[in-house]
Amino acid sequence: MVGIVAFGAYVPRLRLNRQAAYDANKWFAPGLRGLAKGERSMANWDEDSITMAVEASRDCLTSHKAEDVRNIYFASTTHPFKDRQNAGVIGTALNVEQNLSATDIGGSLKAGTSALIAGLNASKDGAPSLVTAADKRMARVASANELNYGDGAAALLCGTENVIAKLVGHHSVSMDFVDHFRGEESEFDYGWEERWIRDEGYSKIVPPAIKAALAACKLKGSDITHFIMPSLMPAVPKLMAKMAGIGEGAVRDLLGASLGDTGAAHALVMLVDALESAKAGDKIMVVAFGQGVDTLVFEVTAEKDKLPKRKGVSGWMARRKEEKNYMKFLAFNEMLPIDKGMRAEFDKKTALSVLWRKRDMIYGLVGGKCKVCGTVQFPRSQVCVNPNCHAIDSQDPYAMAGLECSVMSFTADSLVYSPDPPGYYGMITFPEGGRFMADFTDSDKDQVKVGAKMRMTFRIRDNDTMRGGFKRYFWKAAPV
Amino acid sequence: MARGIKDKVAILGMGCSKFGERWDAGAEELMLEAYKECLKDAGIDQNQLQAAWFSTAIDEVHVGKSGIPLSTTLRLPNIPVTHVENMCASGTEAFRGACYAVASGAADFALALGVEKLKDTGYGGLPGGRGGPLQALWNASGTAPGNFAQLATAYMTAHGVSGEDLKKAIGHVSWKSHQNGAKNPKAHLQKAVEMDTILNAPMIASPLGLFDCCGVSDGAAAAIVTTPEIAKALGKHDIVSVKALQLSVSNGSESGHNSWDGSYFHTTRIASKKAYEEAGIKNPRDEVSMFEVHDCFSVTELVTMEDLHISETGKGWRDVLDGFYDADGKIPCQIDGGLKCFGHPIGASGLRMLYEMYLQIQGKAGPRQLKNPRIGMTHNLGGAPRENISSVAIVGRYE
Repeated sequence: MVGIVAFGAYVPRLRLNRQAAYDANKWFAPGLRGLAKGERSMANWDEDSITMAVEASRDCLTSHKAEDVRNIYFASTTHPFKDRQNAGVIGTALNVEQNLSATDIGGSLKAGTSALIAGLNASKDGAPSLVTAADKRMARVASANELNYGDGAAALLCGTENVIAKLVGHHSVSMDFVDHFRGEESEFDYGWEERWIRDEGYSKIVPPAIKAALAACKLKGSDITHFIMPSLMPAVPKLMAKMAGIGEGAVRDLLGASLGDTGAAHALVMLVDALESAKAGDKIMVVAFGQGVDTLVFEVTAEKDKLPKRKGVSGWMARRKEEKNYMKFLAFNEMLPIDKGMRAEFDKKTALSVLWRKRDMIYGLVGGKCKVCGTVQFPRSQVCVNPNCHAIDSQDPYAMAGLECSVMSFTADSLVYSPDPPGYYGMITFPEGGRFMADFTDSDKDQVKVGAKMRMTFRIRDNDTMRGGFKRYFWKAAPV
Repeated sequence: MARGIKDKVAILGMGCSKFGERWDAGAEELMLEAYKECLKDAGIDQNQLQAAWFSTAIDEVHVGKSGIPLSTTLRLPNIPVTHVENMCASGTEAFRGACYAVASGAADFALALGVEKLKDTGYGGLPGGRGGPLQALWNASGTAPGNFAQLATAYMTAHGVSGEDLKKAIGHVSWKSHQNGAKNPKAHLQKAVEMDTILNAPMIASPLGLFDCCGVSDGAAAAIVTTPEIAKALGKHDIVSVKALQLSVSNGSESGHNSWDGSYFHTTRIASKKAYEEAGIKNPRDEVSMFEVHDCFSVTELVTMEDLHISETGKGWRDVLDGFYDADGKIPCQIDGGLKCFGHPIGASGLRMLYEMYLQIQGKAGPRQLKNPRIGMTHNLGGAPRENISSVAIVGRYE
């Protein structure tokens, strides 16, 4: 029996207040007033689809070992790299490389569900597959998309042991219905009229696809407990459910009020949200629309209640900071030619040969533990750092990303260039041993104190715009 | 411990350029400004120089690498010129090289010259972006004030000092240096500053405000050294000799091992202890007449006075507030105005500090002249509290 064995999610801490965004743009686009309520998630300047997918994957793997994963599928329409395996970066950050197949899936808003289907199929013979999806989509200033979109990620571990939601069946249709597109030469989506999308697209393509899926699963519409279908038009999922004979009460909330639509990740984000509260026996239908339809049906098992606690969508949603400064949203998304000053000009060229040699240190936050004296240290070095040891070639790799640490000393630096000044950084120490001077992120004045507990998080360190946007990733400390 | 070089080397002459934002001068002009004074003071001919040490730290923004810039600028007689770089200790390193050459007998006359031309970058503060390709991938994106600000937070935590008390103490450190710098025509900043102005200055890296940070400036300083015997033979009086030169360099334990609490300079404790031993100083609080220490930031000076074993650990802030280090205190510190008023042309600073000790011991310090100083101690701290080079030099009257 193949199915989902664990789930996880990630939502950035910042939430853009939609009224604030509307207020900034209403002189130009007063018609957006109806969308000026609630908030949308907003990635920090150092987050992209890779970093969010890493966080969602870590959340998912709370209960499982990363080294058991045999396949990683990473779905997004905003992969940071066009040619460089994005899923491979996630694998390295999770410290899995060997016996691993990594695949990027994109090109459509149903990339998330397509990845899930691929992951489930790949896991049939027992090889666990990690499916993660994340999007951080750009939107034009004063557009409806700007208010409707959100940034976020989900991750699902597929397998055959201790399945919490077994796959009942799936069905797909593919047709080139272009409701919107993003060409190679643009960062922004271009969409057609909503009424046409609703009447000629959704209404004619989705109901038959759902019915075919139900038939394949030998189920009736009324059997579905949770109906998950992302759409920028909130009435559409209800309409589709009705047309397919699924009860209105089964239609899941789109999470639009406080999160926004997370693109290729959204069907899986909503699935994680549903799994968090689902009961054994519940039947969950996931529908994703995007040049066709993917439909998957799951049945929740009794194993679900045994799954160890994790943050999930609700946990990350609860960690929240409201952002009312729309200018900051623009600046974080490089939509504002802000004067960064000469300190932002330092060359950020990455020596790829160094990155390769040190990839476990840089991407995996793997330090060392001395076999002679037991001292944990970062980075791993050939000579033990303990002044009373100094043993040579004595260290075993020691993964530190999952360890809690605390602040020994810190500062808020107004001189250093930071896209979100002042720059917070400080010496963090791990109770197991080991310390280093780390950049902090998601930090506020009242949170960062000597002794404060911190958690390591995988983030963008620099963006080498001189060379087409090579993102340097490393780990930063964030308040727990 | 080795025998050391106490009294084996004498300072024959010294020179120091005007420090400041020298828009009128490049590194070459600054070098010559210090050198001309130094050579004249030494009273020898350039052709008598047998070796030279040349210090800079951020040469990529001015002279570039090697000993060639010094040799060509001064038209030295094709003698060995060694370019040294050891961060903020670079100037003292050049001096150490020259002194060791004389002490070993390899040279009768050796030159040490340090220079830094920092004000051609287009922005304030020290040039950033140094470090190798691995550091660039993981080192926190810090600045010097941010690194030293953490010394303040760790010091407060370790000794239970309140933010208010510490701010007052480090404010006094800067206030005192400005009082002194106002009397020094070679200083960059020659203005006394009110305590209120210091305490209410804009924050640079909390808790360090603008007046807790030394300036960035251009400058050069030089020394010619020989043996005391040769100095005497040349008719010199009031000879200043080298009593000790020590250096201690971090090996990664502070930055990587949880035994260090961030509140002190491990290396300075070691270097100063060795220096007192080399100089034969038993009780530094009674024997040292004056200090020029590395006040890159006010808190650095405060903590350094503990690590030089002058103030009790955790109590230095009380000595500071008691005026112990003021010009009229028991041991004046930064009588020339310090880095606070001179700014910090990195390669030159160590030699600039020795220049003031040299003037004071000879009674040539003008309105800043202290009464009968016999022993002067200088200190540099390169890098950050968690990983650094600490250099200590002790000079004094040759008797």
